Amino acid sequence: MRLAVLDTEKCIGCQSCMFACSRRQGDAGLSQSCIGVRSIGGMERGFTVIVCKACYDPPCAKVCPTQALTPRKGGGVHLDADKCIGCGYCRDACIIGAVFWDDEINKPMICAHCGYCVDFCPHGVLGLQKREAEDAEQ
Amino acid sequence: MLNNDPLANILYIDLSKRTFKVKKRHDLFEKYMGGAGVAAALLHEECPEGCDPLGADNPIIFAVGPLTALFPLASKTVSMFKSPLTGNLGESHCGGRSAVAVRMAGYGAIVIKGASSIPVYLSIKGNQVYFRDASSLWGMGNFSSGRIIRENETGAGLRTIMRIGKAGEKLVSYACVTSETFRHFGRLGLGAVFGSKKLKALVVSGKSSLPVSDKKIYRKIYDEVYKTAVDSPVMKKYHDLGTAENIMPLNDFGGLPTRNLKEARFEGASGISGETFAQHYLGRRLACSHCPVGCIHIAALREPYEDESYFYKTSMISYDYEPLYALGAMLGISSAADFLKLMDRVEESWGMDAMSLGVILAWATEALERGLISENETGGVKLEWGCVEEYIKAAGYIVSQPNDFYRALARGVEYAASIYGGADFALSFGGNEMPGYHTGPGAHLGAIIGARHSHLDNAGYGIDQKTLVNQKMRPEELIDTLLEEERWRQVLSSLVVCFFARGIYSPELVTRLLGVAGFDLSTDDLQRIGREIHNEKYRFKIREGFAVDSVRIPERIFETPSPINWLSKSYIKEALKYAQKTILKEQGTGH
Repeated sequence: MRLAVLDTEKCIGCQSCMFACSRRQGDAGLSQSCIGVRSIGGMERGFTVIVCKACYDPPCAKVCPTQALTPRKGGGVHLDADKCIGCGYCRDACIIGAVFWDDEINKPMICAHCGYCVDFCPHGVLGLQKREAEDAEQ
Repeated sequence: MLNNDPLANILYIDLSKRTFKVKKRHDLFEKYMGGAGVAAALLHEECPEGCDPLGADNPIIFAVGPLTALFPLASKTVSMFKSPLTGNLGESHCGGRSAVAVRMAGYGAIVIKGASSIPVYLSIKGNQVYFRDASSLWGMGNFSSGRIIRENETGAGLRTIMRIGKAGEKLVSYACVTSETFRHFGRLGLGAVFGSKKLKALVVSGKSSLPVSDKKIYRKIYDEVYKTAVDSPVMKKYHDLGTAENIMPLNDFGGLPTRNLKEARFEGASGISGETFAQHYLGRRLACSHCPVGCIHIAALREPYEDESYFYKTSMISYDYEPLYALGAMLGISSAADFLKLMDRVEESWGMDAMSLGVILAWATEALERGLISENETGGVKLEWGCVEEYIKAAGYIVSQPNDFYRALARGVEYAASIYGGADFALSFGGNEMPGYHTGPGAHLGAIIGARHSHLDNAGYGIDQKTLVNQKMRPEELIDTLLEEERWRQVLSSLVVCFFARGIYSPELVTRLLGVAGFDLSTDDLQRIGREIHNEKYRFKIREGFAVDSVRIPERIFETPSPINWLSKSYIKEALKYAQKTILKEQGTGH
């Protein structure tokens, strides 16, 4: 399963998903969020919702100099925070901006595709998708 | 509160010296929690007695609360300042991304003092404050300045951009501050205070984590609050039609002020109803940060260019009940498109409080009708009910101020009537233009005794519609009910909980949520704190010369029948006498 953005047009920009993602780690606030919701240049034009696409051949892992990021079975990456030196290459390699950063510990925040955020989207913008279904489409 | 909660940090900025410092003020937050309470205490500390609201020593205070970024709907920022409109307590609340951004930047409050010699905007990124030259933004409207700042600054999605339009620059006493294009510190003239300091905008961003007392309990209570916010029927009206839903019921009730309250029913109400907007114009719905309700309704207005075919301007314009009352019914405007045209200029280019503006234009229309003023004063503008083009011209002149008449209108209806007459139909209380409710004594007494003369202080209009319509209340009883509601609202606005969520944020729930933020308070404690904050605000009002029983009451509210037919002058007088006595007693100076 992977987290997917089903329809950004229904996003009202409440950012409940971002708070959920951060809260999953225990604290309140936003520093540990792996989701980004921001306006497309002004709220009147709606929002972009940035989540990890769970690439099969993830660019972020390819540039990691310490193998802290390793590809996960089924797409996406796993982060071994102990190995991470906070160089930020992964963030630069992810051109959709889905490698978020926790400035408080200077390490990336990587989506685990757990789907916790999905339950906190009031309008079904986010959902968990089966990879097989998507692959069949491709 | 939790020891390591950055809420206790207050950022002090001096625009004259271009310096800033951070002070830890656990004392204030322990005492008043945050928001309105902390802001009121800071206003006492920072605002010199009798100061000029447009002088450098009038502070701008922003405060958020302990539940902000912890729980949904604690998403308002409370601003306090001395109001250039009333010359007294200025308090205005705004949502958008403002509260979460201030909290995530690591602050519980921000105090801005002094004045800049050139236009500046402030960029606050965590513990850094940048003073940016805003000379090139001066004269720009809300959309353009917002866009430029957006492109110049980092923190997309995690920031608030508060800015003023031309009305703020020109010191119109009821200029507003806009955040995130569609939300406002609308009332009492914060925009003019920004303008007087040559402060064009303020961008605040941050992304931090906040401590909680118990992680497991936190998640459990969060789920409960979130579920209630999404499922509760009391929140339904806010996300479906939005506050515009109120137009038809208030009109049917006979409490919708129309054409300067010459009437309380508008034959054109259905043209500007929530239903009409939803059906023909609703283009998008938005939410404040950390609010799953999403009450913000944005209309899409498509206008053709007259001089060139196949060219259209499509504007996105927010609408709510209060602007619809003031710029719609009060001006006799019954076409949604006409309302949107006016609202677009007010919101986008000028940045003025729609409520004050509507009431002022309504007074001017009647003054012209009665011959108190002529087209000499209006500069040729033919103010007439329903004529939107004339209202757009007049509102533009209020901003550009080409003559004494428009300079007077720029200072509010109370002032304008003091010069040109017509006080009997100049609809303001305590210097603040009236809200959109002619529902009965609750609404008017509520606006008179409310600490900021706002319908949101104590929701007297609700008492009219729910209680007084069925049974009479003694004046003392009504005042006590209003005061009790206002005291409880001090608790909510100190936690910066949106008043739309008052139905789900019960005292019992609030104590549990505060427990997660490390505040050990009982419901009795909350009642006591609410009372203290209300007293603190009134202490400021009295210090600056306010007395409940000397508020000017426009005759018009007695002339036009309200749904509560026993509304009378003697009732109001008796109620205010009692209110004055009660308030002074609370201050410890009455008998």
